[in-house]
This record gives sequence, structure tokens and C-alpha cells, in this order.
Amino acid sequence: MTTASSADHPTRRDFLFVATGAVAAVGAAATVWPLVSQMNPDASTIAAGAPIEVDLAPIAEGQDIKVFWRGKPIYISHRTKKQIDEARKVAVSSLPDPESDEQRVKAGHDQWLVVIGICTHLGCIPIAHEGAYDGFFCPCHGSVYDTSGRIRQGPAPSNLPVPPYTFVSDTKIQIG
Amino acid sequence: MSGPSDFQPTNPALKWIERRLPIMGLMHSSFVAYPTPRNLNYWWTFGAILSLMLGVQILTGVILAMHYTPHADLAFKSVELIVRDVNYGWLLRNIHASGASMFFFAVYIHMFRGLYYGSYKEPREVLWILGVIIYLLMMATGFMGYVLPWGQMSFWGATVITNLFSAVPYFGESIVTLLWGGYSIGNPTLNRFFSLHYLLPFVIAGVVVLHVWALHVAGQNNPAGVEPKTEKDTVPFTPYATMKDMFGVSCFMLFFAWFIFYMPNYLGDADNYNPANPGVTPAHIVPEWYYLPFYAILRSIPNKLAGVIAMFGAIIILAFLPWLDSAKTRSSKYRPLAKQFFWMFVVVCIGLGYLGAQPPEGIYVIVGRILTVCYFAYFLILLPLLSRIEKPRPVPNSIADDVLAKSGRKSATMASAVIALLVAGGLFAGSVQDARAEDHGASPPGQKWSFSGPFGKFDRGALQRGLKVYKEVCSSCHGLSYVAFRNLADAGGPGYSVAQAAAFASEYKIKDGPNDQGEMFERPGRPADYFPSPFPNEQAARVANGGAAPPDLSLIPKARSYKRGFPMFLIDFFTQYQEQGPDYVAALLQGYEDKAPAGFNLPEGSYYNKYFPGHAIKMPKPLNDGQVTYDDGSPATVAQYAKDVTTFLMWTAEPHMEARKQLGLQVFVFLILLTVLLYFTKKKVWANAH
Ligand code: FES
Repeated sequence: MTTASSADHPTRRDFLFVATGAVAAVGAAATVWPLVSQMNPDASTIAAGAPIEVDLAPIAEGQDIKVFWRGKPIYISHRTKKQIDEARKVAVSSLPDPESDEQRVKAGHDQWLVVIGICTHLGCIPIAHEGAYDGFFCPCHGSVYDTSGRIRQGPAPSNLPVPPYTFVSDTKIQIG
Repeated sequence: MSGPSDFQPTNPALKWIERRLPIMGLMHSSFVAYPTPRNLNYWWTFGAILSLMLGVQILTGVILAMHYTPHADLAFKSVELIVRDVNYGWLLRNIHASGASMFFFAVYIHMFRGLYYGSYKEPREVLWILGVIIYLLMMATGFMGYVLPWGQMSFWGATVITNLFSAVPYFGESIVTLLWGGYSIGNPTLNRFFSLHYLLPFVIAGVVVLHVWALHVAGQNNPAGVEPKTEKDTVPFTPYATMKDMFGVSCFMLFFAWFIFYMPNYLGDADNYNPANPGVTPAHIVPEWYYLPFYAILRSIPNKLAGVIAMFGAIIILAFLPWLDSAKTRSSKYRPLAKQFFWMFVVVCIGLGYLGAQPPEGIYVIVGRILTVCYFAYFLILLPLLSRIEKPRPVPNSIADDVLAKSGRKSATMASAVIALLVAGGLFAGSVQDARAEDHGASPPGQKWSFSGPFGKFDRGALQRGLKVYKEVCSSCHGLSYVAFRNLADAGGPGYSVAQAAAFASEYKIKDGPNDQGEMFERPGRPADYFPSPFPNEQAARVANGGAAPPDLSLIPKARSYKRGFPMFLIDFFTQYQEQGPDYVAALLQGYEDKAPAGFNLPEGSYYNKYFPGHAIKMPKPLNDGQVTYDDGSPATVAQYAKDVTTFLMWTAEPHMEARKQLGLQVFVFLILLTVLLYFTKKKVWANAH
């Protein structure tokens, strides 16, 4: 490719080739953007993920319900005095994922535990009121959570996450 | 693909692979060292353009399939949701939809080029036949793809095309039932078409590999039509052909982008924005423009079976071309008669395309028959005859001689090529426009819209006023079911805040449920809810409105149009006129007359409207002066209401229009820069070769 005619202006030629290549590369990169971006949740999915309100009044002490928010199951447990005490008795530092029960509930609403019911191991749904700690038991690979949704036994690495929520009134929460 | 290569990688790892799978050698010999005739002109870049288009269609198609629902009840809606909600969904859909047209446009040029330069002659017969097979597969794929949006044209196009097979003697009906998977076109048909539409492009890709293989065995033809003899006749594929192809591709992308960003509905049919309705056939069933010549042939023949045979024959005959034309001289450049007849044949094809879009009546039928005869005569009489009687001019000794001889008049050829391309493109593209609804009375007067043209934007005030008109007037009968309250706060929309949109939503009662007791209940609207429809179902809407169900308004300005006629549709292509729909809707709202003109027989329960097709409309005059109070001081007149509500509905029909035009500008600036750079790079590279 090095012939007399192009060797006359080596710098101009190189600049032209580099500029063309660079512009083409920028174009290719910009083209990839929409092709990848379309995989993200679309506008209707995002809109459907708006916060939801849950009425707590019908949940009796010792009972729990499962609601769905953004396609995820959320456990809302109305804990008994005994369950709360059990959760608070244990030494936080002895836990695999140390977190106190107070950190996981809203102050003044200690009886309400709200957790995302997805096992932190590989995503199965733990069963409420089962397992050695009267909390949650995941049947997939045997992870056991306590009455605060904290991991106590089994392969799961961390506690059941608490979703963002607030008390709108004493008997109503807004999740999200 | 042309025998073993002497390419050897130096990297030991690559060497290891190459010894076991000589793929780099294959690539190198096929796309780098491959000798390509040095006299190829720009018509030869369409091979590269077609490869690109196949890639683009497969890529965007695979993506669209991630969001599309192939179900008769959901398909139309899912396409709308892609365009409205998926990130860049409007862009992907526009690329795929106009990409199909671009693909056919390029393939037609590619085929005419082969015809002109005799690229089908010995030893390239198999190469040519593979091309015909690809073309057939493309037609099947394009047809099935057009069915997927499940609009009116999808549905009725599918009906007409599948019914072609009913012409087969004895087995016709059974074949059609087999194709449908039912007693009529329905959900099973849609599902199988979706499956095949996904499959066939990969079959095409497979045949393309064979096509390229055959090409690399026989070698490329060239404008002189003489085979390369010495080294001097060829240049290596890379960088010479590669750079030239890239420049050609870049020019083509400019043309393509014009459609994607500025004229996305120019090649489509407004009727396809109406959901499929098995009970009503549109006034004019017209296939996509790329089938029109064959459609014209079908309609020219008054016998059903003969028509179908003629139509398929018109395509199949191409496969026999190598034997119909036995002239020794390849290139029409050196065949004075063949050259003239070639151009006449091009005119015949474009003429047939034009006629395919016209109503099958009067003069159109007669001309259609004449052109059909011309089409077949070209292949069956003219070419065989010419190869016997024509005296060709002497061909150059070698390709190198050809290059030397013509280097003087090169630019002129190129300019005429570009002009021919533009005219052909405009004509082909425009011919379908004529097919649009015909029976309209007066043509609606053209209005000035803030959203027209390449820099058009919606007038926020008009959108907000239009929303008010819709809410207070139209919404009592018409739904707006693809629009959610949250959209009112979207960028490029009426410009409300999220809180305002939520407040607006909460004024509506939305049916929800079932609750824990299994009962449906009403609750205040949320931003994620859609505008509720005034009637629970179509039957209820029909009964309440004298037998005519008020259509959903979400898409109305895109689903209505009127005939532009020749030469307006050509001018529209360059001026980017896309506002037939809004012009019609605004005119209709103002087109009521208290008394029908003398002699017009107005049916009971109808009203006279100047612009409504057939003039008898079931909708009473919806707007009257002073009916809606505006708070911004705009005049409370019917004209203002009509304009505002039409603007609002144009936004509901295409909520991302502003984004489309903005991105279009950026893409054009980029593409022009790239094209200029590629032009100079190509020139620099080729400077060594001349
Ligand atoms: S997923 Fe729950 S223990 Fe593995």
C-alpha cells in the first residue's frame, strides 16, 4: 500500500484513516446503546412497580400475610411477644450476618416484621413459621431464618432483606 | 472460499487453531486477498448493502421478538407497547419496518444490475439461481412479517395472499385450511407466521453463504463483462472493495435514516394502524410496494388460476434467465439493442408497480394487461431473439483496458447513477401512496402544524387544551386506551409534572380487583392506569351509538389518511409531509354541514360531513363554539378546538415524535460526517490502483 502517491503526504493520509476509523467506532458504540438499553424494564413495568399500600388491620397476632410488590413476595408478620423476645435475646455478634432486631423493624411498631421473602441463597421462597427458630425455613437447601428474618443456619449468606416501607398510619404501611 | 489459502498467522495460539480449523485462512482468502475486478462500479456495492440489511433485520427482529406477543388478541397492542414503552422501541420498530423496504429496494437494484451486466451467464448460473431462491425467501419472510402487527392490512393481506393457494385445482381448499390452521385466518395462523418469520431469515442467511461461495468460485462479474486475465485486472478485496463498499453502505444508510427518523409511515398503510377486524375489509387491499408489480400481474388476468400461475411464473422465470438469454456478450454496455430493451423493461416493472397500487378498473386494467404481456415478452421472446440477431460491439481486451478507456467519463456515470437511484427510489416508494383511501370527498385543507417537518415539536399549550377537549367532549364516546395517565408527565408530551399527572389520574374511577372477597371494586386512578374506555365492550359501544362503534382515538391521526395523488406523493417524500392524518381529523371535526346538499340521500341517523368518506357519518357534530372553556385566553371556537384536540391526538398516536426527530438530526450529522470521511479515505486508497 505504500506507493509513491500516498507517501507524499504520509501524515495527512494517516490522519484521514485514523479519523475515519474513530468516527466509525463512535458510531458503532452509539448503535449498541439502544440495542442493550431495550432490555431494561420498559416504562409500563416501571410504572407498575410504584409503591403499594397494605392494610395491617386484618392480620391477627401470630399470623402473617404475603403480598407482592414488583413481582417479589413480601412477608408481613404480626409477631407475638414471644417471637419478639426470642429475636432480641440472641447475642447479635454470634449471628452469621449480625444485625439487631431493632434495626430490622420500625421503632414503635416492633410487632411488625416486613421482609422480602426471597431466600438469599439462590432465590427460593422460604416457608413462614417453620424451622428451628420459628421464623422461616427454605426447603430448597435448608436455610433457616429466625423470627427477625435473620439467617441462622444453612447455606444462605445473609438475612432476608427488608424492603423500603413506611407506616402511613398505625394500621397501614406503604411499601416502596 | 476459493481454495486453500497461503495465509499463516504468526501468533502461536492462532497458529495452533489454524492448523486444526483453517478459518482465518478462509476469511483471509475470501475477504482480504480475494481478487476483485478493478473496474467495478457502485452498483456492485449493493451486495455489501444487502448483507448489512440482512444483519440489521435479523438483529432488530430478534430484539422485537423479545417484546412482541404473537396472539390474535394481544399482537396489535404489544406492537403499540413496544413503540410506546420499551426503551428505544420506536426506533427498533421503525428500523425493522422500513428496513424491510430498504432490503427489497436494494435487492431490486442488485437484480437489475445482474440483468444489465449479464451476471447470470456462464459460469454464474448457479450463483444467479441461488439469488432467485433468496429473493423468493425474502418475499415469503416479508409477507409473514407484515402480518405480525395484526392491523387491518396485515389481516386482509394475509387473507388475500393465502387465498392465492385456493386456485390450485382439487386441493386448493385443503391447502388453504392447512395454511390457516383453522376455518379462517386467526390465532393459529398468526402463531405459525410468527414462527416462520423468525425461522426464514436464518434460512436466507444460509443460502446467502452458498451465494457468496458460488460467487467466490466463479469470481465477480464486472461492467466490461470480460473475465480477469492478469494480475493487472484485479485488486485485492481489502482495502479496495471494502472501502468502496463501506462508502456505498454509508450513503445507503443516509437514505435509510431518512425513512427511520423522518418518514417512518411513508411506506406503510394508514389502515394498518386499525386493529384487525375480520368483519370489515378495507376499501383497497394493497400489498407492500415491493410486491406491487406481481400483484398487478395477478390482477391483469381475469382467470383465477391463470392469474396465480402468471404471478408466480413472473418470479420463477428469472431462474431460467441464463438459458433464455444465450448471447455470448455479457454486459449490455456492448449490446446496443439489449441495452435499450433493458431500460424499457425497467420502465415496465415500475409501471406494473404503479398499477398494482391503483384500483382494478378501467384504463388501469388495460394498461396492466399490456405491461404484463411486455414483462413476459421480454424474457420469452425478446431475450432469446436478441441473442440470435443482435450484433454486439467489440468488448475490451481486458479489464485493465476498460479502466483506461473510461477513466475520463467516470464522474458523469456516477452522477447519473445517483440520480437514477433517487428517482427510482422515490417512484417505487411513492407508488403505494396512491393506494390510500380513495373515496374521500373533498381533500382536507392542509393546516400548519407545529409538529411537522424535521424540527417539529408539539405545542405544549395545544396539547393541554386538546386534553381538556378530549376529556370534556370526546371521552364520553371514544376511548384512549393506549395512553396511561403517567404519559401526561412524559418528556415530549403535554408537559405536566408527575404530581399533576397523579392528581389528574385520581379524578378518575378505575375498576380493579378482584379483592380478597373475590369482588371487583372501584378505586381512584393511579399514574400507571390507562384512560378508561367509555363502554365496557364493542357491542355496548355499537348499541349506544346507532350501530357504529366510536373508534378508540389513541392512534386516529395515524390510522386515517387520504389520497395525495401524483405528483404530490413524490414531493411529500422530500418535504417530509406526514400530516395527512391530522389534516383529515381536523377537517372532519369542522366539516359538518347542517343540510346535506340537494340530491344527497342522507340515511336516517346520519349526519352530513364534507370530508368523511361517503359523507354520511354516524357521529353527530361533536364541537360547538364556546363548549369548552379555555383558561389561557385561546379562542373558544370550533376551529381552535379541532386544532388543539388533533394536536393532542397526534401526540397520543406518537408520543415519542420529538425524540425521533431529535435523534434523527444527530444521526444525520453523524452519517454525513462519516460518509464524507469514507469518501476521502476510499479515494486515497484507490489512488494507488488507478
Ligand atoms: S435457595 Fe434457599 S437454601 Fe438454597
